[in-house]
Amino acid sequence: MGDWMTVTDPGLSSESKTISQHTSETKMSPSSLYSQQVLCSSIPLSKNVHSFFSAFCTEDNIEQSISYLDQELTTFGFPSLYEESKGKETKRELNIVAVLNCMNELLVLQRKNLLAQENVETQNLKLGSDMDHLQSCYSKLKEQLETSRREMIGLQERDRQLQCKNRNLHQLLKNEKDEVQKLQNIIASRATQYNHDMKRKEREYNKLKERLHQLVMNKKDKKIAMDILNYVGRADGKRGSWRTGKTEARNEDEMYKILLNDYEYRQKQILMENAELKKVLQQMKKEMISLLSPQKKKPRERVDDSTGTVISDVEEDAGELSRESMWDLSCETVREQLTNSIRKQWRILKSHVEKLDNQVSKVHLEGFNDEDVISRQDHEQETEKLELEIQQCKEMIKTQQQLLQQLATACDDDTTSLLRDCYLLEEKERLKEEWSLFKEQKKNFERERRSFTEAAIRLGLERKAFEEERASWLKQQFLNMTTFDHQNSENVKLFSAFSGSSDQDNLTVHSRQLQKKPHSMSNGSPVCMSKLTKSLPASPSTSDFCQTRSCVSEHSSINVLNITPEDIKPNQVGGECTNQKWSVASRPGSQEGCYSGCSLTYTNSHVEKDDLP
Amino acid sequence: MNFSEVFKLSGLLCKFSPDGKYLASCVQYRLVVRDVNTLQIVQLYTCLDQIQHIEWSADSLFILCAMYKRGLVQVWSLEQPEWHCKIDEGSAGLVASCWSPDGRHILNTTEFHLRITVWSLCTKSVSYIKYPKACLQGTTFTRDGRYMALAERRDCKDYVSIFVCSDWQLLRHFDTDTQDLTGIEWAPNGCVLAVWDSCLEYKVLLYSLDGRLLSAYSAYEWSLGIKSVAWSPSSQFLAVGSYDGKVRILNHVTWKMITEFEHPAAINNPKIVVYKEAEKSPQLGLGCLSFPPPRAGAGPLPTSESKYEIASVPVSLQTLKPVTDRANPKIGIGMLAFSPDSYFLATRNDNVPSAVWVWDIQKLRLFAVLEQLSPVRAFQWDPQQPRLAICTGGSRVYLWSPAGCLSVQVPGEGDFAVLSLCWHLSGDSMALLSKDHFCLCFLETEAAVGTACRQLGGHT
Repeated sequence: MGDWMTVTDPGLSSESKTISQHTSETKMSPSSLYSQQVLCSSIPLSKNVHSFFSAFCTEDNIEQSISYLDQELTTFGFPSLYEESKGKETKRELNIVAVLNCMNELLVLQRKNLLAQENVETQNLKLGSDMDHLQSCYSKLKEQLETSRREMIGLQERDRQLQCKNRNLHQLLKNEKDEVQKLQNIIASRATQYNHDMKRKEREYNKLKERLHQLVMNKKDKKIAMDILNYVGRADGKRGSWRTGKTEARNEDEMYKILLNDYEYRQKQILMENAELKKVLQQMKKEMISLLSPQKKKPRERVDDSTGTVISDVEEDAGELSRESMWDLSCETVREQLTNSIRKQWRILKSHVEKLDNQVSKVHLEGFNDEDVISRQDHEQETEKLELEIQQCKEMIKTQQQLLQQLATACDDDTTSLLRDCYLLEEKERLKEEWSLFKEQKKNFERERRSFTEAAIRLGLERKAFEEERASWLKQQFLNMTTFDHQNSENVKLFSAFSGSSDQDNLTVHSRQLQKKPHSMSNGSPVCMSKLTKSLPASPSTSDFCQTRSCVSEHSSINVLNITPEDIKPNQVGGECTNQKWSVASRPGSQEGCYSGCSLTYTNSHVEKDDLP
Repeated sequence: MNFSEVFKLSGLLCKFSPDGKYLASCVQYRLVVRDVNTLQIVQLYTCLDQIQHIEWSADSLFILCAMYKRGLVQVWSLEQPEWHCKIDEGSAGLVASCWSPDGRHILNTTEFHLRITVWSLCTKSVSYIKYPKACLQGTTFTRDGRYMALAERRDCKDYVSIFVCSDWQLLRHFDTDTQDLTGIEWAPNGCVLAVWDSCLEYKVLLYSLDGRLLSAYSAYEWSLGIKSVAWSPSSQFLAVGSYDGKVRILNHVTWKMITEFEHPAAINNPKIVVYKEAEKSPQLGLGCLSFPPPRAGAGPLPTSESKYEIASVPVSLQTLKPVTDRANPKIGIGMLAFSPDSYFLATRNDNVPSAVWVWDIQKLRLFAVLEQLSPVRAFQWDPQQPRLAICTGGSRVYLWSPAGCLSVQVPGEGDFAVLSLCWHLSGDSMALLSKDHFCLCFLETEAAVGTACRQLGGHT
């Protein structure tokens, strides 16, 4: 077969090897199939093509060559190179056209093959690189797997170690606990032993003491004596009385009297505190009701029945409240009623506040979207600009008026009269026009200004409304803070709850002390001034100062137990604004908030109160 | 602020009379009584030996001078200088002597606490009280002077006896549930008696005047317990300082703890003002020395000046590492004092010896901390207002009030080491005591405040 291969192109055969390897991947077309066969067959032939080729056709064997080629081509499906024979005997002629066609076809085929080869090559390259990539990926992943495996092993190891450690620690803990237990036992035993020893020692000591006592006292120690010039009278001027059963009874009586007084005093204090708390409660309730009543209508319309009934309760309570006597009843009978009503109101208030909260948040959300509302700053800027413009216009008008007047006054002049003829009329016309224009402009400005002021007013109103709403909301929230939990009230109990009045008292006391000159240096022994190394001014920076101030003021609100009710009354009657403030401040839990308000009023009073520079 | 001249003193024995008119001081065996206003000597008494203890009677008419070494007590009358009284306890010895609140009886405790002898200055009668307990604070009188409570020890058990002071009749006698009672103290209203156990056990017991146990409180076990106890002047609170470095405040209604004040060495709360005493070199201070006007013949200038600075939080205070294997370790709250209006509580933690904590009792929180350069020796509240005087054994006296702090150099030749101080009851002056001298410090005349304010303005 090797001989047949001579047909193939030398260029093609050189690369046929690589192509043949990938035949399975190339797309098969009928022509390519054909060509492949050719290619396949060309594998063995490689070298010496030329020499072989040159040997193929010689002068002598043209005929054979042509017939051979014809044979070959026909087998490959090409038309015969020879002309159709007319007769059997006549010798077949070589058809040049057919030969050329064949050649052309072969060339086309060749070109196609080359193209296909190129494609295949590039594909091959691509695939090769893909392969490389995948291989590298594979190796990388393998490495990763390896490292993670290693890590896992390491972690497992660590885990094991930690567990080990944990076990050890547990053991240690147990040991320590045992130790502690042991030590405690030791301590206890030592304590008992110590106590025992102490007791023994003490007994001995007591015996010795007894002995000593006998020795010292029975010796009739002459030295033990009082040497006194003359006896002095008793401080109370009375004579000493004999100790009798009667005195004993009297002492007993007195003791109980003292105790009773103390208890009475404490009871009184507690009563007062209670009364004050009740007052606060009442006030709060009233405020709550008054706060809630405007909302009454609204919620009733939309809120379901449950709150509706609650609100009707509120109304009932409001009725009850008017009966002041209720507050004088003992707590037990009123307690339940009171707590219930308060609780209800509280619930309403809470829901209301929550509602408000929601509204506020909604408003906040909306506020950002709202664009037709002109911001205050913009508005102000605008008005400012307009005012400036108006000012300018006015000035212009004024100058023009002046000019006009000048013209009017100067009309006597000859030259001007001359000029007047030529210019005045024209000018007048123009001025008039301008004048009217300005007037119109002015009017426009005025209108704009008015609209702006209106807008400003509207804005102000809106702002005010918002402020009000915010204030009410804050108030509610503030009330929200003043919960009546028992814990709180227990703490507060220690300082009696009402304090304003007592504070007033303290203040007056302080000021009195101040007025009283502390020390008068009378005809004195040499008294020297100090060399004050007075660096005193560690007095805190102003803010601190204020803080301490407010602390002081707060502090004076502790109700010292020694204040008698008589002290307090007059102050309560003379209720000033500060007094009122304090009554607010006496609410448990809300002190922090209020003091900040009060501190301002107090700083004034403190200026004098301040003793240490 | 003005200072008197310096007077001689021995044994830190210097006391204002209860009525505030006189000042008694001791120099060796002499007792000097001065007028508080003029500081001129009113009386001078000579005792038989070096005086170890003096005490004014409640009516300011008599002064008792005890000479424990000789077992002697001498009493002097202010009105009648020629009157004298000498009580000799003889071989029984003497360890303590005090007045009864009526000022007509003297209670002498003999050596080994064998008994207490009650000597009457009105009659010849002598009474004996047996079995007094040898403890830190074994006797206490109510403020009104009606009753005396006495700690006793019989048959290894603690007892408390309550006596009526007017005729020394035993009113109540009851045993207390304590291992080793250490102190008793009446509430200022005289209706509740606080009894506490030794430091080995944390236990406070509260008894009513009629001997009923009102409450018992114990914070913890197995550790060193109570170190100091103080009633608030309003009788509302009982502050108990203990070895764990905390003060616990009990209330007078339930006698339970309201709060506990820890004394950490680090202060982080920015609300608390921490005043730190800072040494200042004299060069820097020269500009300020124009005030006050230099005294004629002034002594040498102090080597350094000190002032308070407000430390910015967080602050860590200097702590002392206590030696725990010795007796009476320097830890825990050793000093406690309520301000006269019960609004403030001043404390000292013994392992932070140079700091004084001031607590706001109304808000039950720390209010201010003063850190001195040297350990605080003593502090005392002004009897009239919340103002705390502190001394550290140096030549300065320190004052704190809610408005601020100041440190004042005591003038005089050489160093006047202020070891102790006591306020006059008016709060206008105080006596500063050093080892062998004392002087009076007058505070707060209107003018002084004014100049001080100006001074403050000049500084800032």
